[in-house]
Amino acid sequence: MSAAQSSNVSAAESRKGSLTAWIDARFPMTRMFKEHASEYYAPKNFNFWYYFGSLALVVLVIQIVTGIFLTMNYKPSAEDAFASVEYIMRDVDWGWLIRYMHSTGASAFFIVVYLHMFRGLMYGSYKNPRELIWIFGMLIYLCLMAEAFFGYLLPWGNMSYWGAQVIVSLFGAIPFGIGEVLVDWIRGDYYISDITLNRFFALHVIALPLALVFLVIAHILALHEVGSNNPDGVEIKKLKGPDGRPVDGIPFHPYYTVKDLVGFIVFAALFASVVFFAPEMGGYFLEHANFDPADPLLTPEHIAPVWYFTPYYAILRAVPNKLLGVVLMGAAVLIFFFLPWLDRAKVKSIRYRGWIFKTFLFAFATSFIALGYLGLQPATEGYTLAARVFTVVYFAFFLLMPWYSKIDKTKPVPDRVTYHAH
Amino acid sequence: MRIKKIFLGLAAGTLAALPAALWAAAPAGALQPANNDVSNQASLQRGARNFVNYCLGCHSARYVRYNRIAADLGLTEAQVEENLMFTGERVHDTMEIAMNREDAARWFGTVPPDLSLIARSRGTDYLYSFLKSFYLDPSRPTGVNNVVMPMTAMPHVLWDLQGYQQAVYEGETDASGNVEKRFKTLELAQPGTMSPQEFDQFVRDTVNFLDYIGEPMQLERRSLGLRVLAFLLVFFLFAYFLKKEYWKDVK
Repeated sequence: MSAAQSSNVSAAESRKGSLTAWIDARFPMTRMFKEHASEYYAPKNFNFWYYFGSLALVVLVIQIVTGIFLTMNYKPSAEDAFASVEYIMRDVDWGWLIRYMHSTGASAFFIVVYLHMFRGLMYGSYKNPRELIWIFGMLIYLCLMAEAFFGYLLPWGNMSYWGAQVIVSLFGAIPFGIGEVLVDWIRGDYYISDITLNRFFALHVIALPLALVFLVIAHILALHEVGSNNPDGVEIKKLKGPDGRPVDGIPFHPYYTVKDLVGFIVFAALFASVVFFAPEMGGYFLEHANFDPADPLLTPEHIAPVWYFTPYYAILRAVPNKLLGVVLMGAAVLIFFFLPWLDRAKVKSIRYRGWIFKTFLFAFATSFIALGYLGLQPATEGYTLAARVFTVVYFAFFLLMPWYSKIDKTKPVPDRVTYHAH
Repeated sequence: MRIKKIFLGLAAGTLAALPAALWAAAPAGALQPANNDVSNQASLQRGARNFVNYCLGCHSARYVRYNRIAADLGLTEAQVEENLMFTGERVHDTMEIAMNREDAARWFGTVPPDLSLIARSRGTDYLYSFLKSFYLDPSRPTGVNNVVMPMTAMPHVLWDLQGYQQAVYEGETDASGNVEKRFKTLELAQPGTMSPQEFDQFVRDTVNFLDYIGEPMQLERRSLGLRVLAFLLVFFLFAYFLKKEYWKDVK
């Protein structure tokens, strides 16, 4: 290498260095990168279940980016909405791909978030000191449900219309004349109309995405403050090496960035399989009745919400009294917030819990899936009975937790995480 | 010990309730499979011809453009203009109809639905079965009824091709003379210009075209999907070995 060349290289390096230094003097770029990536120490024993946090972030990005492009051609008016979606599907370059990515992304978001939440239940990730992470997470889940609900009206198909009609009317169950006023206030009209569509559009495109992004930032900041839990439920910060780093921790970047990249590609392949080969997913991701335009005079034969709401819908229908059903449905979602304080066990992870907790968790997961299935079916007598049984199991998991989590026999938790190098 | 029994009972009860929850509802009226194939271009071309000749008088397809049909069905725009466009449209127009909605509602009792998305909302098997299931019923204003969609307002548009079918019932007369009739099957009362096999193919082609216009990009998306998955497979191999390399030092 000649002298001229080597001096060029070092000049380039110093220029790069000086730009970083210039920014760092004005903005904590390097410090933030270290804090949240290259010097954020995550437990080295993350397993399969730990992919879904980063995947949820990926889906959020997919939804925001595809959403921006959809908004460029979508028309939020009762007159034009349905036609503008078909315009996107047929006449806009790559419009069909963007729309299918967005509609598949909605379902993918819930799949990923449900698995992410189940991970938290299994490994006690909501327990001290991670209560706030859990609460931010639950707020994200609430916003996500609202976001999905508002977004579902926008294609202005007949199922959009009647789904919104049914769900908004639930607020009418509130007594003392408050309910009816509230329903009119939400719709902005005496029925689901152009006005409702416009405000749902505003909420879907601006209000809730903003709230979601802020909550995701809070969720991650809180996580990085206390550090990640892991499948053993061991606090890695308790055991630090001479360098002051947790001995069972590895820098998030590059170790987990490269690992999550592998997980992302597998997810992307599954996602692409739906987008390209089964975008309707047999009527579960895009419902058949939604290919008919909204018609206030024609009720679809069978109104069911999209699959990700059906566990709660089944709980609502399981109760004969409408007000009580609505209350119970709301309670089924809100009860998650109290989990950190309902759980009285000394250990976090399912690996060191006794059979009582395992039984209850299994029964809960089963009833959640079963209620999801029942919510899609017509409410026959047999189905309603089954829904009642599963509703009891669903609530028993939470309400009995202070008792069974305390009496459950636990195993001793090791000092170090379980990890076998591959 | 007693507590353990309660929990085992709880778990067993949960499992026992599952089969009850998994009973699928019986299908509402058996439909015949359409067995159409949207990659069969000849069938789509015949279907386009059938659609324009027999459906487009009353039903629009207002999201479908003539020039898109030309491009997707391997036709030139001139061929489409000559064979599929009869009422002075231009080739970049969508398939609108001249019939006024108010008139249609007065004549038929309902407005004939737009057919752009009918295959996606009803399914191809439904359309195939519906078009084949008209039968004579003097009590209806159109003289026909339909097994798949009873009391349909639609007349039997394809009568000259299929002929007329009549419903065969089975049932018994009770003491007071009331007949309990159960529908059994349809049989051809008066043959049309096509044989039943030719007519089935005619309907299949038409349904195939409806399937295609419901989602014109469906052929394109499948071939693109294969390329995307192939790319992801290669990307996966690189990412997987990159991960392996990094994680070698994690002990």
